[in-house]
Amino acid sequence: MKSKILLVLSREYSSRVKKKSFILMTILAPILFAGFFVFVGWMSAKKDTTEKTIAVIDDTNLFQSSLTDTDILKYEFIKDKSVDDIKSTFEKDNYYAVLYISKSVTDGSNGVIMYSTKKTSLSVQSSIERVIEKRLFNDKLNAQGIDKNLIEAAKTNINIRTIEWGEEGQEKESSSEVATALAFGCGFLIFMFVLMYGVMVMRGIIEEKSSRIVEVIVSSVKPFQLMMGKIIGIALVGLTQFAIWIALTLILVVGAKAIFMPELKMNPDQAVVAQNIMEHNSQMSADATTMMASANNMGEMQQILESLYNINWGLIIFAFFFFFIGGYLLYAAIFAIVGAAVDNETDTQQFMFPIMIPLYVGFYAMFNVVQNPDTAMADWFSIIPFTSPIVMLGRIPFGVPVWQLVLSMVLLVITFIGATWFAGRIYRTGILMYGKKPSYKELWKWFKY
Amino acid sequence: MGIFKAENIVKNYANHRALDNVSIEIPENTVYGLLGPNGAGKTTFIRIINQITAPDSGKLYFKGRELKPEDIHSIGYLPEERGLYKKMKVGEQAVYLARLKGLSKHDAMKKLKYWFEKFEITAWWDKKVEELSKGMAQKVQFIVTILHEPELLIFDEPFSGFDPINANLLKREILELRDRGATVIFSTHNMGSVEEVCDHITLINKSKNILSGEINDVKNRFKTDEYKFLLKSKVEDLSFLPANEYKIIDTKDLRHDCQEILIKSLEPKGKNQLIKLMSGHSEIISFNELIPSMNDIFINVVEKSNKN
Repeated sequence: MKSKILLVLSREYSSRVKKKSFILMTILAPILFAGFFVFVGWMSAKKDTTEKTIAVIDDTNLFQSSLTDTDILKYEFIKDKSVDDIKSTFEKDNYYAVLYISKSVTDGSNGVIMYSTKKTSLSVQSSIERVIEKRLFNDKLNAQGIDKNLIEAAKTNINIRTIEWGEEGQEKESSSEVATALAFGCGFLIFMFVLMYGVMVMRGIIEEKSSRIVEVIVSSVKPFQLMMGKIIGIALVGLTQFAIWIALTLILVVGAKAIFMPELKMNPDQAVVAQNIMEHNSQMSADATTMMASANNMGEMQQILESLYNINWGLIIFAFFFFFIGGYLLYAAIFAIVGAAVDNETDTQQFMFPIMIPLYVGFYAMFNVVQNPDTAMADWFSIIPFTSPIVMLGRIPFGVPVWQLVLSMVLLVITFIGATWFAGRIYRTGILMYGKKPSYKELWKWFKY
Repeated sequence: MGIFKAENIVKNYANHRALDNVSIEIPENTVYGLLGPNGAGKTTFIRIINQITAPDSGKLYFKGRELKPEDIHSIGYLPEERGLYKKMKVGEQAVYLARLKGLSKHDAMKKLKYWFEKFEITAWWDKKVEELSKGMAQKVQFIVTILHEPELLIFDEPFSGFDPINANLLKREILELRDRGATVIFSTHNMGSVEEVCDHITLINKSKNILSGEINDVKNRFKTDEYKFLLKSKVEDLSFLPANEYKIIDTKDLRHDCQEILIKSLEPKGKNQLIKLMSGHSEIISFNELIPSMNDIFINVVEKSNKN
């Protein structure tokens, strides 16, 4: 009898894994995923690098020393000409824009105007703004007789380190950013997989019903064996796809990074800003600034790495697979009921709705939970079986009391066993029923047969 | 001793009783017709034999002992609602279904090869089911049903979807299976095919077994003692037949002075006396005893039981 489940299971598995759409989806998804990352990276790395010349009419005569040329931005200070004069020769002189700084710039924000024949880029605009602001800031400090060094010394860059106290009082470096990303990623994956593969179970059952093969099969296997074979076979399809995705994504991301982004470059805008800052920090040597900045970066990176290292990976991986399988089994059983109840996919809407509600509630609760992992709502949703697979994964990276985790797992197991038993009873009647779509009352009757 | 016996089977669904105290004994090595109007409970009974559903009460015996779950390997079932996985290849699917019936992969392949050759469908092995016509798929289904050489075969409306040539092929196969020792349960509405292939019948109506028996016995039971003569020359006066023994139902004059007479015998004195009496007055071209067809019996019995 056991070997029959195995037979059903292997048919369900191999017929799906051999499908063209599965192979295509399994290979294409990571490529699209990796492609997306690479594209984003490429987009941010490859900003506008064409040289732009900006004509500056500076009524204040203050900024010639501040607005110095960079790799991309060249400034041409023009005396004895009005904006209108330049306007007529704008195209010929091949200016990118005309910057007009009026005398009123020192006491208001409206003293600077940029003219151009096209929309000027936001990054150019903001880098100029920063230079002018900095210059005015320093001048005003001087006017008040305040030492700039004093101000610089007063500035402190704060980056909160978070350290968790363990049970035995040991200290662990933690990072809520890392935990949030991890929590969200795991919760989302579980939501997606439960939905995708749950629907696959439902489709498979509808296919057997509508092709009328089901009665032939249940004369050889018990309906419950057929249902379980299908559910487990599809779970294995899911795990296979998941494993391939992880492997391919890693290979592709690493490979693509190596090819397209050999080193992490600072993008031009940051370069401009950094340069400008350096120039105006005359008191502080350029070297010192970069050193401090990189020291800061290093500290942050190290913190992230250390907190990655400190995350309880064993627990997360265990919980991920436990809640993925548990959640899948629970929802697959419910999807199996829907499949057994209807003859064709268009009739599923009515029954899909009540299934989707707890799934989506779990999904949205997870969004909230990753931001506020210690609320009563988080506790409840991560214990109630219908939302726990998604929400608990959103909590685990932040740490969950052991009793809650155990309670949640036990409840999930009890619920999926109950749901499977319940589904099995409806299934064995439903698969042999053709014709009109049953009501919930009829489903209840089937259950009682 | 029957190969299969059902005793007092009761099966209730939520608002109706599908089988009400049905008892049937199926003799070994026969073709057993399971007849009845739509919704009578035939399919429920067949599903109970196949252990797809369980009866609420009653006992089932297979080969003299109680029916066991393993017995499904000795039963082959071709349901009325039948189909195959559309996206699966014919051969692969046949092997799968055979293995579900307990055959090893090797045995399944060997037997399938034999049957595919016999039915001349070897070329379909690697085709997907969706590429086959309905009749072609039915052939594959038939092979899968009988492949594990079950002792008990159940065919529910086997001829639906077959053209006359293939239906005939199927009929021959069914009879051959019986001759080789199998027992066949044959459920249908087609009374013509019942007369052709069935040895025994049971008629189920409104969840009850209303008629069971060997097919000739059943027919004899519904005999009306009516006889039809075709005479060479017309007999004007039929008063030589005693009125208390015979009733003239109908006379019909035919061409060339021939005559057809329908007579009901009121006292079962046998055909020979009637023939003797008649032959003294005219030459008899043909003489028939009117035996009711299964179709007539079906309609007659079902209508009668509906009235009660």
